[in-house]
Amino acid sequence: MSIFSTKKSWFNLTIWVLIIALIIAAPSVLPVFRLNLLGRYLSLAIVALGVDLIWGFTGMLSLGQGIFFALGGYCAAMFLQLNSSVEFPNGIPEFFGLYGVEKLPFFWEPFKSSIFTLISIWLLPAIIAGLLGYLVFRNRIKGVYFSILTQAALLVFFNFFNGQQKLINGTNGLKTDVTQLFGQMVGSEIMQRWFFWISAILVILAWFFARWIVRDRFGNILIGIRDDEARVRFTGYNPVIFKTIIFSIAGGLAGISGALYTVQSGIVSPQFMTVPFSIEMVIWVAVGGRGTLLGAIFGAVLINYAKSLVSEALPASWMFIQGGLFILVVTALPEGVLGWIRKGGPKNLLFLIGINKKLETYPSLEVNEEGEVNS
Amino acid sequence: MQLILESLFNGVAIGSVLLVAALGLAIVFGLMGVINLAHGELMMLGAYSTYITQLIFKQVSFLKPFYFSYVIVAIGIAFLVSGTVGILLERTVIRRLYGSPLETLLATWGVSLILQQFVRSVPLAYGSGLVIALFFGLFSPLFISDDLLHGAKGKLIRACNWGFSALIGVATGGILSSLVSKLSRASARNVDVTAPSWMRGGIDFVGITFPKTRLLIILITLISVLVVIFFLDKTAWGIRIRAVTQNRPMSDCLGISTETVDIITFGIGSGLAGVAGVAVSLLGSVGPNVGGNYIVGCFMVVVLGGVGNLLGTILASFSIGIMTDLIGAGRLLSIWPEMPSPLYSTIDFFATTSMARVMIFALIVIFLQFRPTGMFPQKGRMVES
Repeated sequence: MSIFSTKKSWFNLTIWVLIIALIIAAPSVLPVFRLNLLGRYLSLAIVALGVDLIWGFTGMLSLGQGIFFALGGYCAAMFLQLNSSVEFPNGIPEFFGLYGVEKLPFFWEPFKSSIFTLISIWLLPAIIAGLLGYLVFRNRIKGVYFSILTQAALLVFFNFFNGQQKLINGTNGLKTDVTQLFGQMVGSEIMQRWFFWISAILVILAWFFARWIVRDRFGNILIGIRDDEARVRFTGYNPVIFKTIIFSIAGGLAGISGALYTVQSGIVSPQFMTVPFSIEMVIWVAVGGRGTLLGAIFGAVLINYAKSLVSEALPASWMFIQGGLFILVVTALPEGVLGWIRKGGPKNLLFLIGINKKLETYPSLEVNEEGEVNS
Repeated sequence: MQLILESLFNGVAIGSVLLVAALGLAIVFGLMGVINLAHGELMMLGAYSTYITQLIFKQVSFLKPFYFSYVIVAIGIAFLVSGTVGILLERTVIRRLYGSPLETLLATWGVSLILQQFVRSVPLAYGSGLVIALFFGLFSPLFISDDLLHGAKGKLIRACNWGFSALIGVATGGILSSLVSKLSRASARNVDVTAPSWMRGGIDFVGITFPKTRLLIILITLISVLVVIFFLDKTAWGIRIRAVTQNRPMSDCLGISTETVDIITFGIGSGLAGVAGVAVSLLGSVGPNVGGNYIVGCFMVVVLGGVGNLLGTILASFSIGIMTDLIGAGRLLSIWPEMPSPLYSTIDFFATTSMARVMIFALIVIFLQFRPTGMFPQKGRMVES
């Protein structure tokens, strides 16, 4: 057993060295365009961590993480817009002029403060996720019903944000790349480099945070809820509280991710709340390996990178590839790539080709050339 | 009074599109616990079948005199096309995933992406050829005797069957693309189905004009619902389907082939999506994304009505339809102009189609707070989970 765990820790260590080397090397190797893409994908990895917490560990498939992602993005964008609209008429962002709005809507006011914004980026989505989650979980709505309801909630938010020009510029969204921060243009090269570093550091912090959540009793209860919620309830725990907390944490992570993604992509719009985008988040986790936090990060970064490469070369084929990926992962690789490796997938593949022989009765033991069992 | 009647009619019309779309979904979900996110794309296939049928009737000389009847023919064709694709989906993907609804949800989403892109990048003529090949490949073994199929040369016979089906498919594709030039190129643009002349205009009744297309859609829905009820209640396979819905292991023990029941159910559910597609094609233009607009509404109908209950599905879709019209078209305000002002301004705020959706979904979530399992929950004494 001890051998196994050292093997595992070696495996993890290698991956960590790889990740850190990649992050440090990236800014000097990649051109700014690619670096910006990588930064965006790293920020998407944070929302993937949240999805992994609620789906991989707690077994709740949310198709509405886009809500919280976009809310975080809107918080950041509102602050940036206000921060650089002093010279516009009435001192309010320019787009209001298009709709004849002269007074700032009341909910914009607090976003003049940078501290409020920094807090609300994660707290606001977390509170809304907590409320939504509590209402749903209280009634023991779960499984596919939960998924459908989150999707409906996503559409509610999408339609709301899409329709309200006078409040948040409707379908056009809020631009951030021409706004000012610390006397610099947000879309400028130097700022984008900074955002890359922030995203990289926050991904690692988010990983530690998520790991801290799932490694103790709290994590065990989450896994218990995933595997058999009724038993958890019969044992005396109240699953509603745990589910609400974890859903709200995932919402907060989605908010941070959305804010980082917004400042790097230069715009936040209701497009962040479309149905396909939220389902895509699930597939990142599914490919990387649900229930493995590293898998979520890897899945998010790699699939998005693949998406941008494939879409540049053959625009029409990405939908086919993505659709195939959904079907393949679900039917052939339910553990995801990382889960497959951890469960000894490569070794089993070797058995399958016939390079290693295995004992019939104890498939977990290997046989050496003399037919003796290695321990 | 007139206003109320008109609103009721519009609501029923909106509701019947929802109903015919949700009917298939409700059957599949109720029986198999499968969330079919590709249901919207099966509707889209039905809508495209209508378009293709219309073009064929227009361009092929010996069918021209029958142009007026193409909508009726299209209903049958759409049912077969979507049913075939649905059965293929069940055989290849969903069969592996029974018992894990979240997985079916993801897999069918993948299928829906593939179907959308397929319609965009494959010429419609060859697409129909492929569906025809699938149709013959899947169904012709039913007409070959079991002795031959499972005998010594069974594999050869099955291979020959698929070979012939492929040939038929390629031939149809070629013929279609040479006959109807519009079908020979792939395009991502939306297409329009034009109704035959007898379906245009409306019928005037007590001072209100009822558009004929909407009346036809209500009629289609009515017939579909009646046929489904008859099938489930009176026929042998319908009774088997209900038996499997209630208790799968027990039905299996009593000798019902649950596998066949699954295929039939999924085929019918998907076929109904095709029929819904015909209805949708009569309402607006047809494009690769047409199904996506309806899918969430359909799910809300199923959730609101309660799983596995046809009456619930019917009531839920009509109430959603009527609510959409009352709020979205601002009709509630004209019916009852003297309502208290805070309520008036609230409803006025939601008086667009998209904002009405916001309000209705919110109302459904509130409703589910009181009745978490919908209007008509399934009775049973099982511990949930």
